[in-house]
Amino acid sequence: MQLDAKIPGGMLTEKWDKHRFELKLVNPANKKKFEIIIVGTGLAGASASATLAELGYNIKSFCLQDSPRRAHSISAQGGINAAKNYSNDGDSIWRLFYDTIKGGDFRSREANVYRLAQISNNIIDHCVAQGVPFARDYGGLLANRSFGGAQVSRTFYSRSQTGQQLLLGAYSALMRQVAEGKIKMFPRREILDIVLVNGKAKGVIARNLITGKIETHAADAVVLATGGYGNVFFLSTNAMTSNVTAIFKAYKKGALFANPCFTQIHPTCIPVHGAYQSKLTLMSESLRNDGRVWVPKNPGDKRSPDQIPESERDYYLENRYPAFGNLVPRDVASRNAKMQCDMGKGVGETGVAVYLDFDDAIKRDGKDVIIKKYGNLFQMYEKITGDNPYENPMMIYPAVHYTMGGVWVDYNLMSAVPGLFVIGEANFSDHGANRLGASAMMQGLADGYFILPYTIGGYLAETSMQKVTADYPEFKDAVKKAESRINRLLSINGKRTVDDFHRELGSILWEYCGMSRNNEGLLKAQKLIQKLREEFWENVIVPGSGKDFNQSLERAGRVADFLEFGEIMVIDALARKESCGCHFNETYQTEENEAKRNDKDFCHVAAWEFAGDDNEPVFHKEPFDFENVELSQRSYK
Amino acid sequence: MTSTTDKKNINLTLKIWRQKGPDNNGLETYYADDISTDMSFLEMIDVINERLTLEGKDPVAFDHDCREGICGMCGAMINGRAHGPEKGTTLCQLHMRHFADGDTLVIEPWRSRAFKIIKDLVVDRSPLDKIIQAGGYISVNAGGAPDANAIPIPQETAETAMDAATCIGCGACVASCPNASAMLFVGAKISHLALLPQGKPEAMLRVMDMVNEMDRLCFGNCANHRECEAECPKEISITNIARLNREFIKSRLF
Repeated sequence: MQLDAKIPGGMLTEKWDKHRFELKLVNPANKKKFEIIIVGTGLAGASASATLAELGYNIKSFCLQDSPRRAHSISAQGGINAAKNYSNDGDSIWRLFYDTIKGGDFRSREANVYRLAQISNNIIDHCVAQGVPFARDYGGLLANRSFGGAQVSRTFYSRSQTGQQLLLGAYSALMRQVAEGKIKMFPRREILDIVLVNGKAKGVIARNLITGKIETHAADAVVLATGGYGNVFFLSTNAMTSNVTAIFKAYKKGALFANPCFTQIHPTCIPVHGAYQSKLTLMSESLRNDGRVWVPKNPGDKRSPDQIPESERDYYLENRYPAFGNLVPRDVASRNAKMQCDMGKGVGETGVAVYLDFDDAIKRDGKDVIIKKYGNLFQMYEKITGDNPYENPMMIYPAVHYTMGGVWVDYNLMSAVPGLFVIGEANFSDHGANRLGASAMMQGLADGYFILPYTIGGYLAETSMQKVTADYPEFKDAVKKAESRINRLLSINGKRTVDDFHRELGSILWEYCGMSRNNEGLLKAQKLIQKLREEFWENVIVPGSGKDFNQSLERAGRVADFLEFGEIMVIDALARKESCGCHFNETYQTEENEAKRNDKDFCHVAAWEFAGDDNEPVFHKEPFDFENVELSQRSYK
Repeated sequence: MTSTTDKKNINLTLKIWRQKGPDNNGLETYYADDISTDMSFLEMIDVINERLTLEGKDPVAFDHDCREGICGMCGAMINGRAHGPEKGTTLCQLHMRHFADGDTLVIEPWRSRAFKIIKDLVVDRSPLDKIIQAGGYISVNAGGAPDANAIPIPQETAETAMDAATCIGCGACVASCPNASAMLFVGAKISHLALLPQGKPEAMLRVMDMVNEMDRLCFGNCANHRECEAECPKEISITNIARLNREFIKSRLF
């Protein structure tokens, strides 16, 4: 298979304009003849649904939760980047483009990232028009803050609830189109398969989570906006229902899975505190603007933080990276926290945490200013830990947060399956091997409001459309397969719960395919996952029936897919014989313990093709062509 | 019940509402032993559910997702209080350190005529989406917006709008209200949009449509009990209901 990213020719700055002109248009009167399925109602899915409906298409929108407003984008805290240069500090579209490419350790497409930077400004305009209450300065203009990995102030925010406000904006636009009759909403549905007819994506199989009924839905194109797969680690900052199932089914139907080993471990999360723990909570990294990260200089120092004098503290980020200090990119900050803890300098009961200290900031700016900036984060921290962060330094540790890997898509956001588009975190995206802070929301909304609405039109206009109904045999086959899998899960009746398997899978991946990897560990993980998967299908217990509301059954299906998918992550990590961004293989590091890329052999997307249940996936590569930026060793010193 | 000497772990008696259908429901008793006080309330239910599963019993169905207090998916009445006894807290952010060893907790679903029970603690809150569909938006299509800084908005106005916009749509206000009114939910959305200049062109139509839809969906009216404000996990003020009333009167007068 030859991967064609369909990147338009010409100057980088003109590619998107030129491409929009070249894309065929659907006659406005014909748009209403097309039906599009959009799965997921986060920033990408809700914005795409609303915008395509505004253009006149008929949309069927699906989500797992009881309301589209609850998609996990709602939890994004810190902010959204845009190259507005409102701060007059030298920002530009080119700088946002360059920062994103560099932050991603040169493992993303120039053309995509440049387009993202261009569109960033339209997003802010549109969201303000929707009534998103962004923070403002006293003069009434929009406020900006700086964020990890950038030296300019380009992040727009609504307190520490930016994701909530942006999602509610997209959700309100979605609700408006529901009222107009252009969107039909299907909440509490889980996608169990993607249906292809004559090689094109033509529909989905969904389970109604209330009644258990398996439904068939046909359309002219299918869009997956189902988010990331971070929950493969069991403990992550993702919502409990976030899963890989829909994009994994797409992979099994011929879409390629790109860079699955690129998973971001976020540096500022509340540390793990017990075996019963169900998820991890992120604290926005905007905290690193004012908080100082430190550990005791001496390993094993168990004194309480106020007993440790300045001279015996190691502000390791400020010391190692004087230019960026506490604002180094996420991968660098996370890896350094792990290194400190591995050296025995970790703090707290478990020794697996570092301090994030606001003492100096409070002394400098006053408590009121800190409350205004971070009040709700401090409150959240106190609720969870029972500790007062105004008095004692916070304890933080990295946690799985975002997945840069995802379904391979071309410049039009279409996967290798014609008619199957993948947007937002679910695609392999624009973030390379490491995403910079405040750019996930930018990408999700860029895809949904301003890219997919044009590119899907191009597909619909130039493809001869065969109208398909759910009576086609392809749908009936898929229903049978989905039902038989459900029956199999319910009939095993073993001795271990779904969560128990999930927790073990997570600990294998965290240990061997987490912040730091090595070849030996990865090979071991592959065997362990295979064994665990076998045991799952013999020994899992799933209570209840498939004919009603059954949350254990929902989780069982998702974990079964994670157990297959986890192995692909490991295979990808093994195949990438370099370190880059979040993929840190201990064999490949500089003398200063930074990720050492191998641009000669690995400057490419690794895209994996399903080759049957009993075979390893087939490797394909899409090489990157860097024409406008020079590949450099990232340095934040 | 076994007693524990480790003060980090407590034993509780839970009386949980179980409901499979209209005729198959009632409170059932469960013993939650050896619960770490660092657990969240939902983690405590996870533990109970793992035990029930291994005993071959049906685990308790409950809605939850982000477990960070922002998605609005979780919620239950704990001893008659929405999201439990802590102020400004969703159920997922309520930790077991707020309960004492030996406590008995009655756990019930949201109680409201507008929210039908699906199973156990899970209810149907789609009427809240319907209210938003009636007008909880600003009618702008993607593409036509002016520059984001074209209209300056005083910081105080933006902050007040943001206070209202933090509503997570969990339904605690409805569940706490003796009249099962959704006035705080509607008031928050009306306030958020009416305060901002972008929301003004549609303000009159919006308030009428949303209030009419709320009535149509069988939510009650506000009688100033203020239970909603007391239980709102985002501590949204009832001044938003006052603003809703003002906006409603304006829409009728002019």
